[in-house]
Amino acid sequence: MNIQSVKDLELIKKEYRLKLNLPDTVKVNIGMASCGIAAGARETFNAAKETFADNDSIDICQTGCIGYCEVEPLVEILAKGKPRVMFKKVTSDKIVDIIHGYMDNDFSDKKIKKHILGQIRDPRSLLEEDMANPQEQVDPIEGIPFLEDIPFFKGQVKIALRNCGYMDPDSIEEYFGKQGYIAFLDALHNAKPQEIITAVKESGLRGRGGGGFPTGIKWATCAKHDGQRSIICNADEGDPGAYMDRSILEGDPHSVIEGMLIAGLAIGSSLGFIYVRNEYPLAVKRLVTAIKQATAYGLLGDNIAGTKFCFKIKISTGAGAFVCGESTALMASLEGKVGRPKAKYVHTVEKGFRDQPTNLNNVETYANVPAIILKGAPWYASFGTDNSKGTKAFSLVGKVRNTGLLEVPMGIPLKDIVFSLGEGLPGKKKFKAVQTGGPSGGCIPEALMDTPVDYQQLASVGSIMGSGGMIVMDENTCMVDVARYFLDFLKDESCGQCNPCREGIKQSLDILTAICEGEGKEGDIELLEELGVMIQRFSLCGLGTAAPNPVLTTIKYFREEYESHIRDKKCKAGVCKNLFMYEIDEDACTGCTICAKKCPQNAITGTKKEPHVLDQDKCIKCGICYDACKFDAIVIK
Amino acid sequence: MSNANTQPTGVEEEIHYLELDQMIEKEFNNDKENLIMILQAIQRRYNYLPRPALSYVSEKLSIPYSRIYEVSTFYSTFSLEPRGRNIISICTGTACHVRGADRIKEHIETSLKIKDGETTEDKRYTLESVRCIGCCSLGPVVKINEDMHGRIATDEIKNVLNQYE
Ligand SMILES: Cc1cc2nc3c(=O)[nH]c(=O)nc-3n(C[C@H](O)[C@H](O)[C@H](O)COP(=O)(O)O)c2cc1C
Ligand code: SF4
Ligand code: SF4
Ligand code: SF4
Ligand code: FES
Ligand code: FES
Repeated sequence: MNIQSVKDLELIKKEYRLKLNLPDTVKVNIGMASCGIAAGARETFNAAKETFADNDSIDICQTGCIGYCEVEPLVEILAKGKPRVMFKKVTSDKIVDIIHGYMDNDFSDKKIKKHILGQIRDPRSLLEEDMANPQEQVDPIEGIPFLEDIPFFKGQVKIALRNCGYMDPDSIEEYFGKQGYIAFLDALHNAKPQEIITAVKESGLRGRGGGGFPTGIKWATCAKHDGQRSIICNADEGDPGAYMDRSILEGDPHSVIEGMLIAGLAIGSSLGFIYVRNEYPLAVKRLVTAIKQATAYGLLGDNIAGTKFCFKIKISTGAGAFVCGESTALMASLEGKVGRPKAKYVHTVEKGFRDQPTNLNNVETYANVPAIILKGAPWYASFGTDNSKGTKAFSLVGKVRNTGLLEVPMGIPLKDIVFSLGEGLPGKKKFKAVQTGGPSGGCIPEALMDTPVDYQQLASVGSIMGSGGMIVMDENTCMVDVARYFLDFLKDESCGQCNPCREGIKQSLDILTAICEGEGKEGDIELLEELGVMIQRFSLCGLGTAAPNPVLTTIKYFREEYESHIRDKKCKAGVCKNLFMYEIDEDACTGCTICAKKCPQNAITGTKKEPHVLDQDKCIKCGICYDACKFDAIVIK
Repeated sequence: MSNANTQPTGVEEEIHYLELDQMIEKEFNNDKENLIMILQAIQRRYNYLPRPALSYVSEKLSIPYSRIYEVSTFYSTFSLEPRGRNIISICTGTACHVRGADRIKEHIETSLKIKDGETTEDKRYTLESVRCIGCCSLGPVVKINEDMHGRIATDEIKNVLNQYE
């Protein structure tokens, strides 16, 4: 069926809104993004399908992911007139009991209670205020918190991630049910390209891929240049530790397609490309399905909705090169060539892919666009700070209690993300730093955790907003090793065509490796700083110019760690193997024997209930005993 | 012309040329721009990029062999050598790094006696490090073939590896 107008959409939307919110059956939504699947969601899904295969009153469905990765697999159960309940850690052996428990309204049974995460107060996205809250008339279950009040969700505002976890990513109809494609069709029939561009400009949306360039201005300049214009979506997501884009593509691929369609309309282009990282097979699969469905409804292809507008999207996959996330390298890669960045004497908006005007944006940038068009620029601009409007998705990972994917309004302080939403660090470990911006970013110490999430403010402390990876580090993270780690990464990923980057990174890495191995010399720190400035100033592309950031910020904020590596030959974090020893604290050791049993080298001996002894000659510092001891009796010296 | 570098086993890989030809035409429209995806398809089929297949692509698409070689060595997912029956991808992304991925990697390297990028003599395992597979919350993560093993501890590795013949 070809959709011609918003009216056609409204019909399907109405039907699927009911299915999504007031189903005739018991609806079981299982979060099936990569990370959920890795945690066992597929087995959970299959177990439920098998058990209830003949039961028409239970519908087992897949959704994307609401982002609380820490407690996956996540399962939501709902039925008309009943509370919607989100359950955590639902492995395949638990799902059947939990479904039965929900149907019998039995939420106090211990077996079920411990899996309850919360009940949903309002399942509508910010785009669905035209509908009443379907849960309004439902009495909540007593003694169960609302999901929206749980620390991880409190304070989140979801625009880019609005549908992730609330619909089946393989169903375009459910996307219609969530207000999908209305913004595009409305713009197609009623807006001039210039009006769309103005709205995007006024929303204040800036590119979410790292650079933060104002999206509206980019669109306007691209539209000004004549030629066969292309619209490209950058889904290369190379920052190791960031997976916002994966989650959007796996949880709500149509939002990106709709964003690209709107860009095509505004800029005057009929050619769309999505360049996806090779490591994301599920994202590719969901995109392929989404493109087929949109084509079947006539939302992609020729003469869309009976107009002159044509738009097609091709998916290309990367092949494991971080530098291909850079715009000119990405375009070369799309042309089937090696991805070596070009100097930008001429901007890609004028001459990019195939030497024609090209507009490149990030996945999250496109996902925001339909929301802006539907709700208006002032609405979007009402979130955030003066120069950073809207919301930003982050992947909160590393040494933090609540790992996962979250979206917050710009301007909230970093410490709220780590300590309120993330609930701080697990165990008794002390916080050391948070790293933003990946290999191009920096490490922000505790003293600066009041810094708000804002492009300028993050830059002023030496880091960057980046694409949204936020890695929490504790006292067991060695900051010299972190700097070494990023340079090691960049040494592998530098395309090698310019000297400052290729040789500068290699030289800095050699110095850092020597420091980590206990061979550091006086003057090394100053040399690293000098090299850093040179690499920053003379490299050709963003990979090189940002490469020294992790080194320079760790020197700036953690200089004493460098000094103790170099002067005292000590790594207090217990990471650099030549610079520390594990010792057993006789007073703390209870003689539980766990460490002796686990040590692969048989380096630990002792009798039960007596303090144990560790033989330094045999120890290879694998850390197994350190992690295993429950009494903090193994210490780093 | 010696194939010593690309064919260390000394066995010439048997290439199904008709199939290759059809794939290039049907799936990839004989289009040079699709080179990277064509190479990916070849690697999926043969587990690596056999030299004769690359020569065929070069002829078929009129791309100089040197450029195909350039592309297949620039991108890290391509391998010009046959790989093992099981691919162990250890994530060394930042989130996994701060959770001790290096220790896991060392442990695998010493127990299998191979380094990153190498294949065991019996061709049972190839070890490759990857930077982030997007499951950072489960870190440290090891992916073996298509299976994800999250929150893996050093002392669990042996059992996990033994599951793969
Ligand atoms: C080395 C390097 C890697 C990059 N990797 C990515 C990436 O993985 N994803 C992304 O969206 N942008 C990446 N960028 C930024 C892009 O060059 C580009 O600015 C961005 O995709 C533009 O989209 P936006 O304006 O919507 O952010 C990278 C830049 C550099 C220099
Ligand atoms: S800065 Fe580095 S990655 Fe960028 S073009 Fe130069 S060598 Fe290549
Ligand atoms: S660090 Fe490893 S080798 Fe050393 S004592 Fe502990 S368990 Fe044994
Ligand atoms: S695990 Fe800890 S408490 Fe137990 S024997 Fe070892 S050092 Fe002592
Ligand atoms: S479980 Fe869904 S993104 Fe992590
Ligand atoms: S850093 Fe290992 S999965 Fe992301």
